Amino acid sequence: MAETTRRKGRVGYLLILPGGLWLLLFFAFPFYSLVATSLYDPSGSDFRGYEMSYAFGNYVDVIRDYWQPMLRSLLYGATATFFCLVLGYVLAYAIAFKSGRWKVLLLVLVIAPFFTSFLIRTLSWKLLLADDGFVVDTLQFVHILGADDRLLATPFAVVAGLTYNFLPFMVLPLFASLDKIDYRLIEASGDLYANPVRAFFKVTWPLSLPGVVSGTLLTFIPAVGDFINAEILGNTNTRMIGNVIQSLFTDANDYPAAGALSVILMLMILAMVIVYVRRAGTEELL
Amino acid sequence: MSQAAEIDPAAQLDAAYDGLRLAGLTKSFAAFTAVDDLDLDVPRGSFFALLGPSGCGKTTTLRMVAGLDSPTSGTITLAGQDITRSKPYQRPVNTVFQSYALFPHLDIFENVAFGLRRRKQRDVETQVADMLDLVELGSQARKRPAQLSGGQQQRVALARALINKPEVLLLDEPLGALDLKLRRSMQIELKRIQTEVGLTFIHVTHDQEEAMTMADTVAVMNKGLIEQMGAPAELYENPRSTFVANFLGQSNLIAGTITSRASDVVTVDMHGITVSVPTGRTHTDGDAGWVGIRPEKVLIGEPGEELDAPGNTIPGGVVTDVSFVGVSTQYLVRMPWGQELQVFQQNTGRVRMFRVGESVELSWRPEYAFVLDQSQDASAGAQQVGVDG
Repeated sequence: MAETTRRKGRVGYLLILPGGLWLLLFFAFPFYSLVATSLYDPSGSDFRGYEMSYAFGNYVDVIRDYWQPMLRSLLYGATATFFCLVLGYVLAYAIAFKSGRWKVLLLVLVIAPFFTSFLIRTLSWKLLLADDGFVVDTLQFVHILGADDRLLATPFAVVAGLTYNFLPFMVLPLFASLDKIDYRLIEASGDLYANPVRAFFKVTWPLSLPGVVSGTLLTFIPAVGDFINAEILGNTNTRMIGNVIQSLFTDANDYPAAGALSVILMLMILAMVIVYVRRAGTEELL
Repeated sequence: MSQAAEIDPAAQLDAAYDGLRLAGLTKSFAAFTAVDDLDLDVPRGSFFALLGPSGCGKTTTLRMVAGLDSPTSGTITLAGQDITRSKPYQRPVNTVFQSYALFPHLDIFENVAFGLRRRKQRDVETQVADMLDLVELGSQARKRPAQLSGGQQQRVALARALINKPEVLLLDEPLGALDLKLRRSMQIELKRIQTEVGLTFIHVTHDQEEAMTMADTVAVMNKGLIEQMGAPAELYENPRSTFVANFLGQSNLIAGTITSRASDVVTVDMHGITVSVPTGRTHTDGDAGWVGIRPEKVLIGEPGEELDAPGNTIPGGVVTDVSFVGVSTQYLVRMPWGQELQVFQQNTGRVRMFRVGESVELSWRPEYAFVLDQSQDASAGAQQVGVDG
């Protein structure tokens, strides 16, 4: 008996080994390196080399210099997540409850954009929102947009791009949650005097919360750190934290500042996620 | 023109009826008709059972009363009000679902309070507490459904429906998932609660024993139609169709030809043996019939033995199988025409057991026999007997 337990334990470790090594190599070590870089002497350069000086001042400096793009990232990320939730919930609900035999086809369509690269899809939005494009022309024609107004290179374009790119990450967990709901529970709530609106808020919505939580996390976290959408669809006033980090790394070669910003972004998201998951009450979620 | 003249007599009749009335109720799906022109009156305050094999349309009927399915045609009136097209949440009808359908994200208390809260009722706390006491779950109020046993979940489902004091409580095979012992005690419990609260219960089941134990009226349903309806004893003692004769208990059905009909008695030639059956128990107009007799109504004795005069005596049987089941002994007796009849002999201790191969004579009292239409399948409903969900 003791022998088998021990063997089971050994098998467990062996199974963890490949993934564990992978994470150690490609997550833990780079993470250590990132944190270390963020504390290097800021006066270092590719020529003179970098020195570990525990320069916590780097953090203060980047917050002072880049608090605006940081705040903007959170705002854009939250707005895109909100639109993803609204659009995604309706879509996932329709697929789960109303699509009948089209269910699989619709799900394939939801993930179909993944067959093309993220970059290409974002570039196509550039064409879609172009100043002489169909969308802008139409909106100008019906006077929703003025003659000189544009969509490209505005916050709207960035948030729209984020919403579009991350929508599948919202729809799939929402669908998984909604599809799992026993339809008889909704019937039972109707039998117990809940009209369709009440039945939704008292039964369907609470039972779909696991999908809402994972969907919003899967959308919000990458959206906040995204830089492609702001790069392609935005302007200099819509720069997100990802753009700043990217240009610090690749253009300015200011590795300590880029590292410090990355760590701050990570800690901020982590803190928000912890608060969010606590508030959403995971213990309520079966 | 007087006001009374404007009222349609049929509508007036409906208004006078305070129970649940289904009239011409039909539900057709693409390929088949689940419920076919069903007329049914369920008196207020009764414990009514809708009994039939799976696929007979009983659950569809229930769902139409609950409002979860809408009928293709026909009407449903409750206490004189037409509710055919009203939404489930507008009907004073609650259901105990087969799967219980308890809300997994709510605790027991909130599950039971659900209907009251939707209708903005007062004293939710005390009402729920009282209801939980009634089903003996007061101490479980803050648990989640998944933490309870099947029997406890069943009681929560019952409490959740019952607390709304509906005009009609629908029970969709609510005991099907419970083991036999628990099912028996829940049957008694349900019956007690029904008597206590005095609501109309409609109980859908395929278990004939359950229907007979609990209900005061049983409607036997087959292929979307009501075969026969009445008190359990009436259905059992005087079935009108081979389906009812076989589905409720077991019956021996012997082919015979009606030779004479008098005002009170019908004589039937049964493979050369003449038997008589009361006219009121003869349910065929034709000459060819099935003579039906319940196995426990058949007496068994040695050839020439005086059994229970004035009975119909059928000589020439040979015992082919004997099973002793304690309270009774069950015999299979091969008759001269080749058919094997079932005989249940009660173990009173005063009768001797017969052995396989012994010659015997059978006998029964005319008032226990019945005659059914021979155009009906003699095995209709029989295959379901003993098949228990």
